Amino acid sequence: MAVTREDVLHIADLARLGVDGARADALTKELSAILAHMEVLSAVDTASVPSTAGVGAEGTPLRPDVGVPPLMERTLESFAPAMRDGFFIVPRLATHEDPAESGA
Amino acid sequence: MSAESFGKLGAATIASSVRAGDASPSDMVRASFERAREIGAGPDGLNIYLHSNEQASLDDADAIHKRIESATDAGVLAGVPIAIKDNIASLGLPTTCGSRILAGYVSPFEATAITRLRASGALIVAKTNMDEFAMGSSTENSAYGPTRNPLDVRCVPGGSSGGSAAAVAAGITPIALGSETGGSVRQPAAFCGVVGVKPTYGRVSRYGLVAFASSLDQIGVLGRTVDDAALALETIAGFDNMDSTSSDADVPIYRLSALGGPAPDKRGPEAAALEAIRIGRTPVPIPPPPSAKTLEGVVIGKPKEYFPDSLDPSIRDVCERSLDRFRSMGATVRDISLPRSPLAIPVYYILAPAEASSNLARFDGVRYGLRVDPGKGLKAMYEATRSQGFGPETTRRVLLGTYVLSAGYYDAYYKKAQAVRTLIGDDFRSVFGSGVNAIFTPTTPTTAFHVGAISDPYEMYLNDIFTVTANLAGVPAISVPIGRVRRLPVGGQIITAHFDEYTMFRLAYALEAALGSEAHQ
Repeated sequence: MAVTREDVLHIADLARLGVDGARADALTKELSAILAHMEVLSAVDTASVPSTAGVGAEGTPLRPDVGVPPLMERTLESFAPAMRDGFFIVPRLATHEDPAESGA
Repeated sequence: MSAESFGKLGAATIASSVRAGDASPSDMVRASFERAREIGAGPDGLNIYLHSNEQASLDDADAIHKRIESATDAGVLAGVPIAIKDNIASLGLPTTCGSRILAGYVSPFEATAITRLRASGALIVAKTNMDEFAMGSSTENSAYGPTRNPLDVRCVPGGSSGGSAAAVAAGITPIALGSETGGSVRQPAAFCGVVGVKPTYGRVSRYGLVAFASSLDQIGVLGRTVDDAALALETIAGFDNMDSTSSDADVPIYRLSALGGPAPDKRGPEAAALEAIRIGRTPVPIPPPPSAKTLEGVVIGKPKEYFPDSLDPSIRDVCERSLDRFRSMGATVRDISLPRSPLAIPVYYILAPAEASSNLARFDGVRYGLRVDPGKGLKAMYEATRSQGFGPETTRRVLLGTYVLSAGYYDAYYKKAQAVRTLIGDDFRSVFGSGVNAIFTPTTPTTAFHVGAISDPYEMYLNDIFTVTANLAGVPAISVPIGRVRRLPVGGQIITAHFDEYTMFRLAYALEAALGSEAHQ
């Protein structure tokens, strides 16, 4: 199943990856070539085969239903890009114009 | 002691010398760093190390020295320098996963595997180079440049744990930790002529291992010899409350497998003697030399899918030599089939990117790591951070994973791959249920290739063709050096049933002893 340029731009948007035009063209070819190798799976009869999501074979016991505090030897502030008053600071959502930029 | 002679010492020898007071932990650290300088492990040379701090390692060595002076058990790895793949969280040294997006990041907590190594007296000397987020088979995908193979600097060391394999091959440390998702310990072990182990899924805690594909990821060990690898694995294995997929199955003393027979019961009458061996107070008995009875009663499967007509005849020959050695030690070699193995690469390269696309969503410039903010709002910050922080292969896999999970393609790709994964696991269950104790294959279809030789992504993925099935099925596997082809190492792979690392090590010890110096010729 060939991937289109629109597919690449769509999934890049879903994955929050900025992909420019030239890179989108290259990725379209690369992903199409990789996915072509996956087509062999369509010939396998899996109608009555259950899915495997994990392979824990044995001995993954239930644990007490209590939270374990993280053993943090450094503070969040020591590695977060921006924090204030215990909160992570992020840029504003771009769904409305920045008053400073619009001159309001 | 010269740095070169240090590089030939096994971990058990180092630890027993340190515990006996014949060598000091700081001498071991100095010898390791001297060997690293001598071989050129830095970014201008082989580019094996990403981070190290000799003074901090010497301070740790002093602490081990004090434990010995106070007659406290210093641990089974007392004074043994160990290198750690840079996707395993460590205190003190950065954890960057070979990625620009985590440049300079120092974890606030430590992986359970590292904590257990330290508790056993090991000394962490470096974090090693790797393919970004463990996505690759050559260590060329590191944001910090490729690692070179110490045996031939024109060649890659394999990947993604290429830095760890190169550190062991170069004699800088006798043991290193790596991680496996599709063969990332065994393949570089094969390319560098060292031993590499992928344990059963759940055998080693993943706490502190930066997630790539959570249903496949396992921390693995690399060692210069089988004994180094066995000692390292029995130190880090076992239940951990911090990892919900960690198993509480008993951890045998893998080093005793060299003596043959089943694992002794640690709760039986020999409990005290076994505990003394486990903690290093008494040495493991020296095994007898290989004989016609060493592997009597053992059945080894030779799967036809791993010995295709297209296999390099020279690699086939060294594998056949190993199978002959197994036979000469009393084992029976049986032709078997794992019919769904040819489907493993497509399955893996759907499931692993799918899980990666989810796991790597956390790298968004908010809580840690790189932030690139063009000043155009939150979404633009996410996109700028991720596109500048991730390299080409990580970007490719995140997009591939997003695609196979997206509406309209989920059933055709992701769900289908999960079902075929079941069939691949069934193949292994069927073989091990038919009286086969272990499976033997080549670890890789080729020896180490030249840096820059492979540019097609799918061709690179095919490096995992013989290793990825063990990850999909969750079974343990080891790669041991079995010879050289055109002067480059070849690895032989031994796969056993879930949690049967004991049999895996038993065969690996026997093969290593039977091959002797031929393993490196």
